[in-house]
Amino acid sequence: MIRYVLGRLTSLVISLFVASIVIFGVIEVIPGDPAAFMLGVNARPDTIAALRAEMGLDQPLITRYFDWVTGMLQGDFGQSWTYKTPVSELIADRIWVSLPLALYALILSTLIAFPAGIYAASRRGRAGDVTIMGATQLGVAIPNFWFAMILVLIFAINLRWFSAGGFPGWDDPAQALKSLTLPAIALALPQAAILARVMRSSLLDMLGEDFIRTARAKGLSRRKALWKHAVRNALIPVLTIIGLQFSFLLAGGIIIEQVFFLPGLGRLIFQSISARDLIVVESVVMLLVFTVIVVNFAVDMAYAAVDPRLRAKA
Amino acid sequence: MSLLAIENLSLQIGDTDILHDVGLSVTPGQIVAITGESGSGKSMTALSVMGLLPRGAKATGQIKLDGTDILQTAERDLCQMRGNAMGMVFQEPMTALNPVQTIGAQVAETILVHEKTTKADAYERAARMLERVGLKVAPTRYPHELSGGQRQRVVIAMAIALRPKLLIADEPTTALDVTTQARILDLLKDLVQDFDMGLLLITHDLAVVADIADKIVVMQKGRVVETGPTQDLLANMQHLYTKALFEASGHQVDLPDNTAVRTGSVQLLYAKHIVRDYALPRKSLLGSRPAFRALDDVSFHIDHGERVGLVGESGCGKSTLTRAILGLEDVQGGEIRLDGEPVFSAGSNLAVRRKMQVVFQDPYGSFNPRHRVDRLITEPFHLLENPPTGMARDTAISKALQDVGLSPDDAGKYIHEFSGGQRQRIAIARALIIAPELIIFDEAVSALDVSVRAQVLDLIADLCRKRPLAYLFISHDLSVVRTVTDRVMVMQAGQIVEQGATEEVFVNPQHPYTQTLIAAAPKLPELPYAVETI
Amino acid sequence: MSRNLIIGSALSALFVALAVISFLWTPYDIETLDIPNKLQSPSALNLLGTDQFGRDILSMIMMGARTSIAVALLAVGIGMALGIPLGLLAAARHGSLLDELIMRGNDLVFAFPSLVIAILITAVFGASAVNAIIAIGIFNIPVFARLTRGAALPLWERDFILAARVCGKSATRISVEHILPNITNLMIVQGTIQFSLGILAEAALSYIGLGAQPPTASWGRMLADAQTLVSIAPHTALVPGFAILFMVLGLNLLGDGLRDWLDPRIRVART
Repeated sequence: MIRYVLGRLTSLVISLFVASIVIFGVIEVIPGDPAAFMLGVNARPDTIAALRAEMGLDQPLITRYFDWVTGMLQGDFGQSWTYKTPVSELIADRIWVSLPLALYALILSTLIAFPAGIYAASRRGRAGDVTIMGATQLGVAIPNFWFAMILVLIFAINLRWFSAGGFPGWDDPAQALKSLTLPAIALALPQAAILARVMRSSLLDMLGEDFIRTARAKGLSRRKALWKHAVRNALIPVLTIIGLQFSFLLAGGIIIEQVFFLPGLGRLIFQSISARDLIVVESVVMLLVFTVIVVNFAVDMAYAAVDPRLRAKA
Repeated sequence: MSLLAIENLSLQIGDTDILHDVGLSVTPGQIVAITGESGSGKSMTALSVMGLLPRGAKATGQIKLDGTDILQTAERDLCQMRGNAMGMVFQEPMTALNPVQTIGAQVAETILVHEKTTKADAYERAARMLERVGLKVAPTRYPHELSGGQRQRVVIAMAIALRPKLLIADEPTTALDVTTQARILDLLKDLVQDFDMGLLLITHDLAVVADIADKIVVMQKGRVVETGPTQDLLANMQHLYTKALFEASGHQVDLPDNTAVRTGSVQLLYAKHIVRDYALPRKSLLGSRPAFRALDDVSFHIDHGERVGLVGESGCGKSTLTRAILGLEDVQGGEIRLDGEPVFSAGSNLAVRRKMQVVFQDPYGSFNPRHRVDRLITEPFHLLENPPTGMARDTAISKALQDVGLSPDDAGKYIHEFSGGQRQRIAIARALIIAPELIIFDEAVSALDVSVRAQVLDLIADLCRKRPLAYLFISHDLSVVRTVTDRVMVMQAGQIVEQGATEEVFVNPQHPYTQTLIAAAPKLPELPYAVETI
Repeated sequence: MSRNLIIGSALSALFVALAVISFLWTPYDIETLDIPNKLQSPSALNLLGTDQFGRDILSMIMMGARTSIAVALLAVGIGMALGIPLGLLAAARHGSLLDELIMRGNDLVFAFPSLVIAILITAVFGASAVNAIIAIGIFNIPVFARLTRGAALPLWERDFILAARVCGKSATRISVEHILPNITNLMIVQGTIQFSLGILAEAALSYIGLGAQPPTASWGRMLADAQTLVSIAPHTALVPGFAILFMVLGLNLLGDGLRDWLDPRIRVART
């Protein structure tokens, strides 16, 4: 077990290291002169020089890289060129929109997908299964930003149950959640469709296993065998998918935030890219990648906690 | 009064008739064996008794367990009976258990499903049941920590936890070693006596049947062909199929005398002090990596034209040795030479390779499903410097197919169009097509039905008559090795513990392990009269 | 031939047909604006109505189909051309450093949020269809690499591979002669799935303005343009959305149908 944890931990550190190098490389090295790139074609040489000095671009690459990494480890993400505020402040504001949104969407997605997938697997080939599979086919085919537009059309513009966009802040939690509801649904439904399919196929795999037959031979009814043996085992591979989904929801919120005018990380990234504010882009991308890698690590740990075979293996 | 009485059982799945008018009975304390080849309907009969038939199955007739007709009982009531009045043990112990639950919990589940008792009580009884079946590990272990034989004991414990009146065992020992098989069968016999249970045992192994059953039921293609008390049936077989079955099981191959053995300075296969280690995962970060010694100072030789057998149970190192001989893996110590040349080399060593070929165990996995037969059996041509092309190639293919009893027209077909026995013939054709000096038969007949097995062994004997073959015949099945080799080697835990002339070793084993092995193997009784072969 | 296969093929074929026909003919020329005719609902003149510049929506859908299919198809091409050999290599050299590197490389690419990186690439290197192809294609590589390796590894254990090794064939030869033909079915099915994901990705990129640029038509950008018009002229938002939906649905059904037809035991990756 210790070996497994240590192994995964090493993997984590190496991944973070390589990721940081890649991001640093792409952002700071590839555009040629980051400062010139940021200021655009019409910038004056002295403005460019000033920015270069401020960004420390005259220093050797290695020093810049180390400064950046050590800075991040201490919580200093640099200063945004466009907003003239510390990037950490920008992130802190935005993350309180993106993170709850991703969690909300994840919970919705799981709540819909699990029962749907289990039900479909237990009614394999019959009407219930076919209906659910049909629904998931639609779900995975819908572009989520279009779905968002439709939701706005129906629920905000026509029915007026929700506002069409914007985020009022967390002072009134109920209102805040309400404003996140339509976006969360737009994000959640396509993911739920994928998750339901995975749940169904994982469960069907389990139901074909010998130990289910053994359970039935012991006198368990079909339903009991399903819940006590199949579902528990089927959940294990599904865990990985949920971990991946969370990362996707966090980053994929970008487009949804555009549709609903939510001041989240996605919007920040997008605006920064448009404004060519490389400092912000660099840090936010690193943050997102960091989250993904850490979430994957957590999923691996959960995996080992649930599956005794992994605990014993190297 | 019969415990189990099956009458006129017929079964249809979809459009296919699976069982036709099957009848048998079991009384308490009696062991009834259903035997037959694959497709005979043995397992389906067992599943019918348990009421565990697949969807779309239509059964007619009567299956009376202690007076209750299973076929007329509702599913809910059947759930009450399963695990309680009747229990079942299946064939594959490796996959029969839930991998994420402890074995104690799984045995306790049988109790908890049927009786209103506390968890603590159930666990306690489970622990005692595990002891009863001879398992010496803690109930808190997980299935992956146990061997095949141990897992099968757990499955048995689960099935008998509530002392059912009827125990059904579907090929319970087929996936196990000879010695483990003997112990599990003894356990079953013991439990039948102790609990006064009826045991319905399904097995294709006639020697097991002759050994342990009180009554034999012979099935073929979904029908009961013959049935009767063991001794009576063996002494006086009526049906043609029964006779053929028993003959095939104890089939003695007419091996031509080995006049072609050439001993000389250069032996065909020469292995000296072979050591093969597998690195194991590290236990701690410091210190050297532990290793598992799969082959421990193995030395032997095979002369040109000699037919040698290799027996051993799973884990003894047979497969490792095979790979080493074939030059597929390097060894850590010693050397292996084929006709004087080392078998393993970093680069390509086609010259050495063309002198040996192999026939594998699995007739379904030995061929690329996407290629046609002509391409499949000419794969060894890659080893030749000037492989035949055009007409010469076609002739070679036709001849190879005819030599193994198939038709040249078969060259254009895909492998899935052939049966298991036919595929093994094609495998032999592939092995012989470039006339290698040595053939390795790696459990080549182990996956075949008894009658097909007899035919393939006859084919090998035939080929020996046409052209002197030298081979290494590897098998866990002692009776097969005995009939098809001149000399035999016995392996245990990575070492060759005994070798000698086949008959000598079998009649007069020297090493204690060999003696155990031969004693454990169930024996087919000598039939009191000559049986015609079909 | 299952129902999935039939419906899927029909839908996919429909859009491919539209794309192909667009090279020869469209009802109207989309480069000429016709402002007086703007925001017309679907009628006999314009089967799917007109947009805010008076352009015929049906014509734009046809041209947009070209863009979507081209981008998604080439992206799949990149993924397969680079991913499959990597996967075969990793499986052939299972347990070696190379295998480890390829696997870690895969994991690393998967760790990057694909949409963010696609946006990054197209923003840094310029928004265009070509860059969209590259951005989406890059993320197809690890999908195919992982799938190929996963499918190839159990095949290497099979006896017929051992037989080929006994016949002296090299790992490369075996990968091409024996492994590859046996994973083709899986690759075809996965290719269809990745194709459909590519359509969605291209639409998303175009929606935020980073895909093919005007005057090249693109369904995603049609949706972006329609966003503010959704209440006054809903057809401008609904038509492109349904186009994407049906194209992707068709491809997914085709993929499922192919899988069941070719080999029901195939497991595909769908994340």
